[in-house]
Amino acid sequence: MITIKNLCASVEGKSILKGINLNVKKGEIHAIMGPNGAGKSTLAKVLAGHPGYTITSGEVNFNGQDLLSLEPEERAHQGLFMSFQYPVEIPGVSNIQFLRIAYNANRKARNQPELSIEDFEQLLDQKMRLVDIKPEFKERNLNEGFSGGEKKRNEILQMAVLEPILALLDETDSGLDIDAMRIVAAGVNHIMNKEMGLILITHYQRLLDYIKPDFVHVMLDGKIVHTGGPEEALLLEEKGYDWLIPSEERI
Amino acid sequence: MSTETEAMFSRGTSDYKYGFITEVESDRFPKGLNEDVVRAISAKKDEPAYMLEFRLKAYRKWLEMSEPRWPNVEYPQIDYQDISYYSAPKSKQKLESLADVDPEVLKTFEKLGIPVDEQMRLTNVAVDMVFDSVSIGTTFRKKLEEAGVILCSISEATKLYPELIKKYMGSVVPIGDNFFAALNSAVFTDGSFVYIPKGVRCPMEVSTYFRINDKDTGQFERTLIIAEEGSYVSYLEGCTAPAYDNNQLHAAVVELIALDNAEIKYATVQNWYSGNPTTGEGGIFNFVTKRGRCAGVNSKISWTQVEVGAAITWKYPSCILQGDNSVGEFYSVALTNGRMQADTGTKMIHLGKNTKSTIISKGIAADFSHNSYRGLVKIVPKATGARNYTQCDSMLVGDKCSANTFPYIEVGNSSSQVEHEASTSKLNEEQIFYFRTRGISQEDAVNVIVNGFVKEVIRELPLEFAAEAQKLLALKLEHSVG
Repeated sequence: MITIKNLCASVEGKSILKGINLNVKKGEIHAIMGPNGAGKSTLAKVLAGHPGYTITSGEVNFNGQDLLSLEPEERAHQGLFMSFQYPVEIPGVSNIQFLRIAYNANRKARNQPELSIEDFEQLLDQKMRLVDIKPEFKERNLNEGFSGGEKKRNEILQMAVLEPILALLDETDSGLDIDAMRIVAAGVNHIMNKEMGLILITHYQRLLDYIKPDFVHVMLDGKIVHTGGPEEALLLEEKGYDWLIPSEERI
Repeated sequence: MSTETEAMFSRGTSDYKYGFITEVESDRFPKGLNEDVVRAISAKKDEPAYMLEFRLKAYRKWLEMSEPRWPNVEYPQIDYQDISYYSAPKSKQKLESLADVDPEVLKTFEKLGIPVDEQMRLTNVAVDMVFDSVSIGTTFRKKLEEAGVILCSISEATKLYPELIKKYMGSVVPIGDNFFAALNSAVFTDGSFVYIPKGVRCPMEVSTYFRINDKDTGQFERTLIIAEEGSYVSYLEGCTAPAYDNNQLHAAVVELIALDNAEIKYATVQNWYSGNPTTGEGGIFNFVTKRGRCAGVNSKISWTQVEVGAAITWKYPSCILQGDNSVGEFYSVALTNGRMQADTGTKMIHLGKNTKSTIISKGIAADFSHNSYRGLVKIVPKATGARNYTQCDSMLVGDKCSANTFPYIEVGNSSSQVEHEASTSKLNEEQIFYFRTRGISQEDAVNVIVNGFVKEVIRELPLEFAAEAQKLLALKLEHSVG
């Protein structure tokens, strides 16, 4: 589904990603863990096409396409979705309006007929129940005045509506209390299917109690330094990341 | 913001599609202003003596006045002797109907999207077309006459309805009100006159389209709308001009009078040429005095403006809330880009009891432009129970532009209520990126965000024009496809 080869990226001349290799197949859930500043969020943004980063080398194949040559919106049309760590607030644009524009933009790009307001609202109601979002959020301005948890849940709602084939969830668990995390995780598990790939970027292991990964990768200083199975997460929680740093670089 | 996004935002004015020039032979006064020029304008219009007196009084007043320097704009000194004060397309015979108008002039209006041919009836709108200094003609006259509504050029009105003109012209904006109003009162050449008789709801939208064509002419139009007891009218004006490299002066006066239980809705879509976006060369100086008087009880005047053009804008459509329970509203979108400068807002003067005013102002500044909101809410001691709500939002696009808010509030009694809310936001790359990751193109993202920002104002426009205004904003802020 996605094959990342030796991906290097920098921002304002500063190198952040220093050769990422990753392969995600259909039906797989990959967790990427690592300390702050390891480049986890950068990886997500680079894959989504953020214009602020410069790709210095490497290639990314997404469903047979050269992902890095696509505009961010084209990546979405191909089925890539990224849930933001800090979703932006858009005053004056209602949640339902935004979701319908996004939904129909993707339909149009895929040569599918657009949905009418009524049909879309039906679809949205069903998806909102899935992630337990109250109906009044439809008319509220996109992310404006939402609490941290509400923003994160709204991201998952967008994922439910857009039905991507590969989802990147960037720190979806940060700022969530345990109940909110359960709801978000239940939503993600519900959306996840065997045709889909999922990359979870997280700081803590606790999200992985609810969304079971097939692989856990550890990212340090712009590189994936270690890959293991689901049991790895617990180990990391216990031992931290230091033991993964090559001994000659340890202070 | 990346250079790519910045470049996209700065292309606005170079795509000014109304910047063409119509080749017509014109009858134009030589440049310069003195008492003889004022007399000559009056003679050209074949005006009654009272109008000449009005003009001369204003001219003498103007000589004693000086240009206001308090607005937050900068521009070179205007040489009032370097402007021609009258220009009209030459016609061989007296114009009896639109059929007699120079086809080139009619084509100009068609090119601008103004339905001149009543047969086409694209929109249910009656139009008065003003080309440089004169009114070319009005449409739907008959249909309006059947309802008792008068729509004609102000020049005709001075002859046909002298009593109304004498009574109301200068009653809301006195001739010596300000420098530009005095100048206009002396040299105004045309404009629209609208009269809605008692109890009549005007059957269609009424509008005036202002076009400046001549390079060295100033446009000084004057509009007067009178809504008698219990009547209603919705009026819209549009403005465009060719892209010349010199600055041109547009100093208009608009007066509205609403009597008991009458309502006037006045909307403007102003898209004058705003000058070269990089050098700032050329463009219209838009110095306009617009004021409405809610003279009667329960009367209502509502201003809606979408200002996207002109090099310099100095404009404060205001309401004098004289009648008890009268209502004043001001809804404004002012967009500046390139090197544009705008100082615009409103004045709500509460004189009557339980009067109410609402001000919604949305300023969008891009590129190197300066955008200021300036507003006064004044409640006199005897205007008990008055209320005002003001909301002033600014959006910045890029980091080389500026937005300012200058609210003035004077409350003379303790039973009145004034609320003021203000915000400044930035249309930024992160917002656009967020939209794009959801599959929405950059252009659509900007459209949706900007239209979301201004929607409270746009929904006040007559339906036919709301979509146009949205398109215009989008066009100004980004490169149109194709």
